Amino acid sequence: MSSEHGHDNHPPHLAHHFETPKQQFESGKLGMWVFLATEILMFGGLFCAYSIYRGNHQDVFLYGYGALNKYWGATNTVVLLASSLTMAWGVRAAQKGQQKLLLAMLIATFMGGVGFMCIKTIEYKAKWDHGLFPGTMNAFYYKNGAPAYPDKIEHAIAYIDAHNTGGHAPAHGGEHLADAHAEAPAHDEHAAPEAASEASEAHAETAEGHTAVIIPAAFGAPADVSLIPHPAVTTETGLLDTAIDNAGVTVLPHAGHTQRVWASLSPEEQGKVHIFFAIYFLMTGLHGLHVLIGMAVILWLIIKAAKGTFGKEYFTPVDIGGLYWHLVDLIWIFLFPLLYLIH
Amino acid sequence: MSHAHTHDDHDHGIGHITPVSLLLGVFALLMVFTVLTVAVTYVDLGPANIWIALGVAVAKAGLVALYFMHLRYDSPFNGLILVSAFLFLAIFIGISLMDTGEYQQNIHTPATVRPAAVGG
Repeated sequence: MSSEHGHDNHPPHLAHHFETPKQQFESGKLGMWVFLATEILMFGGLFCAYSIYRGNHQDVFLYGYGALNKYWGATNTVVLLASSLTMAWGVRAAQKGQQKLLLAMLIATFMGGVGFMCIKTIEYKAKWDHGLFPGTMNAFYYKNGAPAYPDKIEHAIAYIDAHNTGGHAPAHGGEHLADAHAEAPAHDEHAAPEAASEASEAHAETAEGHTAVIIPAAFGAPADVSLIPHPAVTTETGLLDTAIDNAGVTVLPHAGHTQRVWASLSPEEQGKVHIFFAIYFLMTGLHGLHVLIGMAVILWLIIKAAKGTFGKEYFTPVDIGGLYWHLVDLIWIFLFPLLYLIH
Repeated sequence: MSHAHTHDDHDHGIGHITPVSLLLGVFALLMVFTVLTVAVTYVDLGPANIWIALGVAVAKAGLVALYFMHLRYDSPFNGLILVSAFLFLAIFIGISLMDTGEYQQNIHTPATVRPAAVGG
C-alpha cells in the first residue's frame, strides 16, 4: 500500500508522512498527552506553593477560605463535569459520523464553559467588592508590619468573619456588624448600621453564646469603648506588639467546620492572609485562562463541525480538543476540594 | 473520496467508541463523588478530612482519565505519560515539603520576638 502511496491515493486528511489514518490519529494523541503532562507540571508549581503554604499556615487557610462560597464551587464542579460528559459524547458522535449530534454536543460543551466563567465572574466580583484583590492590592496586605489599607481591611474582616461564623453575607461590613449585634440582647445602640460601621471590630461568637469583641488599635478604635456593653470586650494595644495575647477571646469550637475569625489568628499570621488570596487567584486564574483557551478550541471545532469536516475517518481535532477540555476538568477536580473545602 | 481507499486496518473505525450508557454511568458516579466530597466537610474527622477529600478527587480524576479521556482503551503509553507527570509532581511537592519543614521553625519566630527568645 505504501509503495503506491501518491497524491490521489489517500484520504484528504491523511498527511503524507503517515501510513494510515489510525497511525496519524495515534501520533496526534501521543503528542497531546505529552503536552498535557507539561500542563500538569505547570499547575504543579502552584500546587506546590499551595502545599507548602497550607502546611505551614493552616490557620491562615482556615480563615481565608471563609471568603469562598463552597456552593458556587460545587456548582462549577457540576457544570464542568457535565461539559466533560458532553465533550466525550461529542467525540463518540464524531467517531460514529453523527454530524448533527456532534455539533449539538460541542455547543453544549461550549455553553458549559460559558456557565463556568459566569459563575467564576460572580465569585471574583464578590472578592473584589470586599477588597480581596490579588497581590499588593489585597485588603489584608501588610506593609512594614501594619495593614497597608486600614479602611479596606476592616471591611474585608467583617465580610469573612460573617461567613466564618455562619452569618449572612453582608452587602458591606457595617450591615454585618449591625446584624450580628442585633442577635445579642442589649446591643440596640449598635443596630444602627452607621454606628456599627464606624466601630472597627472583629468579633467571635463563642460556644456559650457570648460575643467576644476585639478592637485592634491600629484600625482606629471607637472613642468610647464602653459604648459596647459587653463583658467580653478586650482592646488590643497594638497589632504587632509582642505583649499581645488573645486573653478574653474565645476561639470557636473546632467541631464540625473548623471556623476561624480574625481575632483567633495570631498577629503575625494576620499579615499573611493576603497570600492565601494570591494563591487562590493564581490557581483559579490560571485554570480560568485554560477554560477560556478550551472554549476557543471548542469554538473552532464548532465552526469546522458545522462545515462537516469531521467524520468516521477524521475526528482527531475533536478527540484532541476534548482531551484538553478534560484536563481542565481534571485540574478543577483537585482545585475544588483544596480551595473550597478546607477543613 | 475515501471509498477508493482500502480500509484494511480500520474497519471498526479509528479508536474505541465509548457506549453512551458508560458515559452516563461515569457522569452519575462523578456526581455521587462530588456530593460525597461536599458532605464529608460537615463531619469532623480531624486530619482524615483532607485525605478523604484528596482520595475522592483522585477517584474522580481516575474516572475522567480512564473513560472520558479514553485511557482505558488507549495505548498504555499515553497512560504512562500521565502517570509519570503525576509521579514527578509527587517528587517535586514531596521533596519541597520535606525541605520547608527543615527551616520553617527558624523563620516562624517573628522578628519582634527573636531578640528575647535568642537572647540578643
